[in-house]
Amino acid sequence: MQVREFLSVPSDNFRKDGPHINIVMSSRVRLARNLAGEPFPGWAKKSQRIASLKKIRPSVEAISHMKNGFSDTMDNLNSLEKQVLVERHLISKEHASKGRGSGIVLNKQQNICVLINEEDHLRIQVLKPGLQLKEAWKQIDALDTNLEKKLKYSFDSELGYLTACPTNLGTGIRVSAMLHLPGLVLSEQVNQVISAVNKLGLAVRGIYGEGSEALGNVFQVSNQMTLGETEKEIVDRINKVLQQIIEHEENARETLLENKPNMVFHQIGRAYGVLSNSYIISSKETMNLLSFMRLGVELEIFGNLDRSLVDELFVATQPAHLQKNLTEKLSAEERDLLRAEILRDKFKGIEPPDPSRLKPVESENETENEEEN
Amino acid sequence: MLCNICQSKDATVHFTKIVEGKMHKVDLCKACAKDKGIDDPSGFSLADVVIGLGASVAIEKSDPESDGRCSQCGFSHTDFKKTGRLGCPDCYKTFQKGLETMLKTMHKGVLHVGKVPFTLKKSRDFTIKIEKLEVALDKAVGEEQFEQAAVFRDEINDLKKKLEKVSVN
Repeated sequence: MQVREFLSVPSDNFRKDGPHINIVMSSRVRLARNLAGEPFPGWAKKSQRIASLKKIRPSVEAISHMKNGFSDTMDNLNSLEKQVLVERHLISKEHASKGRGSGIVLNKQQNICVLINEEDHLRIQVLKPGLQLKEAWKQIDALDTNLEKKLKYSFDSELGYLTACPTNLGTGIRVSAMLHLPGLVLSEQVNQVISAVNKLGLAVRGIYGEGSEALGNVFQVSNQMTLGETEKEIVDRINKVLQQIIEHEENARETLLENKPNMVFHQIGRAYGVLSNSYIISSKETMNLLSFMRLGVELEIFGNLDRSLVDELFVATQPAHLQKNLTEKLSAEERDLLRAEILRDKFKGIEPPDPSRLKPVESENETENEEEN
Repeated sequence: MLCNICQSKDATVHFTKIVEGKMHKVDLCKACAKDKGIDDPSGFSLADVVIGLGASVAIEKSDPESDGRCSQCGFSHTDFKKTGRLGCPDCYKTFQKGLETMLKTMHKGVLHVGKVPFTLKKSRDFTIKIEKLEVALDKAVGEEQFEQAAVFRDEINDLKKKLEKVSVN
């Protein structure tokens, strides 16, 4: 099956719900694994990479979770298809640049993805909507145990799983969550939060990972240390930090509504106006405005706008996704036209935001009453 | 704030480098800054940027007998400087000395305490059990409790068979 066909049914993925979905867009756990006695992919000769891919791919495909999934070698995918996978957060930019000797195996629900011969022989990842790091770790742990029965991993009793980069050594685990933090950005507290999180040994990055900008008020938080702690300790620690960030974001939203409600409504109303009436719009502007639409949904000031539509558009308006169904390559100008057209169409039936729907005072009284009781 | 390299003197030189939009901040004392040629930023190696300052210096400390190359895959510390990645699992042994200091600053500890592959875990469990039983066996023999000793001996033999099976797989 072509990857294009495989990815053409995305909407279900965006309709999913999870704990704290209003702030945590997704949770992800990734494991780095390598085969024993073989050079890491970056140092291996092409013939060695092709051989290791041949060895790994059938074992991954055979896992029951991967049934009816998608599996291919990277040289079989064109650059547009690879870019679509990047925009879906399924493969890294680094993996997109790979050709012969590298591969990808993706399950049907598109939430388990194994990259073969990226930086390491295997990069196994599990994605879940909302804050579900523990669940993701449980699932990936089982998958990994399953795989290790067929593949002999490179493991050292002192250093743990050996990885190409010493930064992943030991557990090989990277636990991360994608956070939507418009409240902290609008109240100019986000930098404080980032530096506090950094001090705890966690990394904060933009929406597309390493080296990317924080577009659309979306931030990725992940662990950096992988050795000297158990996977559970790492997951628990980052989970605790995320709970605190969630609390800060919720407080920031509340405070903003109390002190600067008009500024918040202005941002949301403006986003609605621009997105539903534009004829030319860049992907960067789109993401930043969609962020405020999402905030509007969370504040319940939209009558008939669903979060899933906003989340879907976050991805569907990305450059490669716009061109996915077209045969010709579009120029940047043509993309901006097409993007605006799609947005106008999608927001056509959506009612404008109405701040009178908001009931912040009531909800506050409720919590106070609860405390009194 | 202490210097990132020597960890002893106060950091007075603060250096920021942006690579592909990613910011890397480094705080150094005067002596280390001069040592690193901070007035010549192009002198920085990628390994330093990717993994942290001092990485490329640290790896050079590795065993000089190995000729600076991994006997298994031919990877050298110059390659590490360039890429910030190692060549093969054996490189961890080849460059062990240099890596040790690097790992200390990079991670929570230098000993893996997380997941162990299932087959390894089993054989590890068996080995530990056998060792315990062997101590008990010696003690029983010493105390001339031969009946008890025979039980231990049988258990040990049984576990050894199991261990063999696991190792073969």
